[in-house]
Amino acid sequence: MIAGMVVRSLDRGAIAFLATLAAIGILVPVLNLLVPATSPFHLSSYFVALFGKYLCFALLALSIDLIWGYCGILSLGHGAFFALGGYAMGMYLMRQIGTRGVYAHPVLPDFMVFLNWPELPVYWYGFQHFAYAAFMVLFVPGLLAFVFGWFAFRSRVTGVYLSIITQALTFALMLGFFRNNFGFGGNNGLTDFKDILGFNVQAPGTRAALFMISAFALMLGFVICRVIVSSKFGKVLVAIRDAEARTRFLGYRVEAYKLFVFTLSACMAGVAGALYVPQVGIINPSEFSPGNSIEAVIWVAVGGRGTLTGAVLGAVLVNYGKTYFTSGFLAPYWLFVLGGLFIAVTLLLPRGVVGTIHHWWGQWRERQAGAARVPDASPRPAE
Amino acid sequence: MRVFGDRFIALVLVLGVLAAVITPARAGPYEDALAHFTADSFDQTIDGINAVAASGNALAAPVIRALQEGRLFFSADGKRVFIREQGDRLIDAATGQPVASDPPDLAPVRLNNRLRRIVEAALGSLTLMAPDPGKRLEAAQAVLKSKDPNALPALDQAIAKESDARVKQALTEARAAVVLYSDNASDDEKLDAIALIRQRGDQDALALLGGLPASASPAVKKAAADAIASVQNSLALWTAVQNAWYGLSLGSVLLLAAIGLAITFGVMGVINMAHGEMVMLGAYTTFVVQEVIRARNPALFDYSLAIAIPLAFLVAGFVGILIERGIIRFLYGRPLETLLATWGLSLIIQQAVRTAFGPTNKDVGNPSWMSGSFDLGHITITYNRLWIIVFTLLIFVGLLGLLRFTRFGLEMRAVTQNRAMAASMGIRTSRIDALTFGLGSGIAGLAGVALSQIDNVSPNLGQGYIIDSFMVVVFGGVGNLWGTLVGAFTLGIANKFLEPYAGAVLGKIAILVLIILFIQKRPRGLFALKGRAVEA
Repeated sequence: MIAGMVVRSLDRGAIAFLATLAAIGILVPVLNLLVPATSPFHLSSYFVALFGKYLCFALLALSIDLIWGYCGILSLGHGAFFALGGYAMGMYLMRQIGTRGVYAHPVLPDFMVFLNWPELPVYWYGFQHFAYAAFMVLFVPGLLAFVFGWFAFRSRVTGVYLSIITQALTFALMLGFFRNNFGFGGNNGLTDFKDILGFNVQAPGTRAALFMISAFALMLGFVICRVIVSSKFGKVLVAIRDAEARTRFLGYRVEAYKLFVFTLSACMAGVAGALYVPQVGIINPSEFSPGNSIEAVIWVAVGGRGTLTGAVLGAVLVNYGKTYFTSGFLAPYWLFVLGGLFIAVTLLLPRGVVGTIHHWWGQWRERQAGAARVPDASPRPAE
Repeated sequence: MRVFGDRFIALVLVLGVLAAVITPARAGPYEDALAHFTADSFDQTIDGINAVAASGNALAAPVIRALQEGRLFFSADGKRVFIREQGDRLIDAATGQPVASDPPDLAPVRLNNRLRRIVEAALGSLTLMAPDPGKRLEAAQAVLKSKDPNALPALDQAIAKESDARVKQALTEARAAVVLYSDNASDDEKLDAIALIRQRGDQDALALLGGLPASASPAVKKAAADAIASVQNSLALWTAVQNAWYGLSLGSVLLLAAIGLAITFGVMGVINMAHGEMVMLGAYTTFVVQEVIRARNPALFDYSLAIAIPLAFLVAGFVGILIERGIIRFLYGRPLETLLATWGLSLIIQQAVRTAFGPTNKDVGNPSWMSGSFDLGHITITYNRLWIIVFTLLIFVGLLGLLRFTRFGLEMRAVTQNRAMAASMGIRTSRIDALTFGLGSGIAGLAGVALSQIDNVSPNLGQGYIIDSFMVVVFGGVGNLWGTLVGAFTLGIANKFLEPYAGAVLGKIAILVLIILFIQKRPRGLFALKGRAVEA
């Protein structure tokens, strides 16, 4: 049944997209590991790490697109779920350091020794096991999203109000994680990782494997989103986006729909964060900053919300642009570009890149088909 | 002319000689007292110390301090006393004038332990009678801390002579402290002392009363315990007052930052994420005004804020109108996208300011009337905070008046309540939108002027306030200035009352969590609009 749902949910575009992702997921590690460094086809480890990072961002963008593009929930705090997933993974990686830390303490991470903590706090228990950490990667963001969403959706906090309190949420978490006595390394966060599942995080093989896993996670996330939005459930989500009150009066439990999709989206963001941390080698409280979350929203807007593929494309494009700008003499102008992007996309390209292409394609098909009217594939902006 | 010149010179000479002859002859009690030091005998030195201390001469304190530090020398032949200053300069203790060359038989005035105590007491009583009231106050506070019984006679003497009311109060309290801890004072005296200290009512008083020696009589102990309880009560009260004051101060800052936001959000339903940057522009306007004044006409510095206020309003308001005309009017009815576009704008403005002025903090000075502080009971009130509260309330009242009594205010309220109806009545809603946005931004600019006085002026200035001001608006409710007022002061005061228990950061987190919970109960804030406007 599930297989049937998956197959039905994938149209031609989606299959092409998945195939591209799979090709990237296999080709990039191969070109990095098996092709000799002298060959023009060789990809550097830097490139692998960089694009691995982009894939994680793409998964985050996908999770935002699911709730914003299809359900009209604009979360300005999704970076919080991403960072929480990252912290859960970071805690596992910290425990793997063992006696190789600066203070060589068998149990306590370096920063705890430095801060004179007598023993491991209770909430760090179990993180030496990968399975537990992996569970927490899903559970912690999911739980927070569930509790927060339960409160927020039940009392019908919508639109900009919701956006602002999600922003306050991530801001509050940032302030908290900056504190040393929270037990997450304070200002410096968690870093100096050594091993993941016994493999050296720095080794090219591990990096390539992480890249493949990220590509796979992105594909999986895409399929999940695709299944949801093409099902009947997804139609209700779109109805909520376009006319919430009307959907409620038709008898749908709007809160329940929103809560489910919000929680799922938070779990996806958590996974993205967990894959991000071993690839960049650090997680610190600045990941919670409201600016990061808003930036993730703009990736989706650039690619085109309500398209899924657009979110992925937008995340990669904007982040590539960021890397390109901030690494050269253009660095001081990056914020002008980013700010301009926010304005240009909302004013000139409200459908985003992919959405606009869809729109043109639809119009072209319509003209070809003459009288037969093809429904507009791209969703209109929420609200 | 020539004759007159000669005579003049002669006159000067004669006067000079006369002066030289007369000066040694003018020996007073101080000079006589100094002579005791030249005898090189401890008993004589004691007489010398007491006589010098009693002389009231301005040089008495330096002489005794020099004696204490072993820098007092005498020459037995010349019957003269010298003070060795820093850098080996020798000055004559009698005149205070430097001496050209050291006399051959220079010897230090010797001290023993008995003398050292006398020196200390003399020094204490001398500072208690120093000509500078600030010094006297310090000396009184030192005695209050040391509770040295030897200082009692000096204190009595000083109290009798004291003319400054504040110093006299301090001296009386110091005396009470000494009496309380002295072994030979009667219980009645001690009870009086406790009453006095109780009136002082601060942490020092608490320490004095709490540290009573075990030898004290039961009556004294009981009085002290009562006094401690009453002082603690009054201190708790003052702490509450202090927190309330800090809360008011923080609340006024929040109100200032949020009020412009409330207007644009309330009237136009527009979330302006670049609002913080309008505040920042106002602060930078103040900076530029001050720079120009410093360079051109420093005398005007005290008026710099008066010049900056209208300028900041115009600059921020103008930028606001540009934003409305250039971006926001294309996005009406799409609040989420407005939010994103204005966020992008805030990035651009921040970066532009960073490029133009540099990323570092800019130095914006306080005019003289805004610096300093005064004490009210046991709390200290700084003038800049006080003025900011006054300024905020003025703006608030002005804005209420604008909305209530002007044509623009009437049209603005009409558009808020029912845009379509207002338009049909002939109100040019797009013009009202632009002006409203300009007004909201202009007020943010005014907030910037005020914040430049208490916060660092840097490109990130606005970001620090944006989330807080959103919280105020969300908490207070949209479309009602009173909601913003109540929201701002509630949050400010709640924050400051939580801080002592939870610390600054946790207090802030607690407030955010409380607001998130509060929104559950009242999703549209304290003062929500009712009726049709809700679903608009």
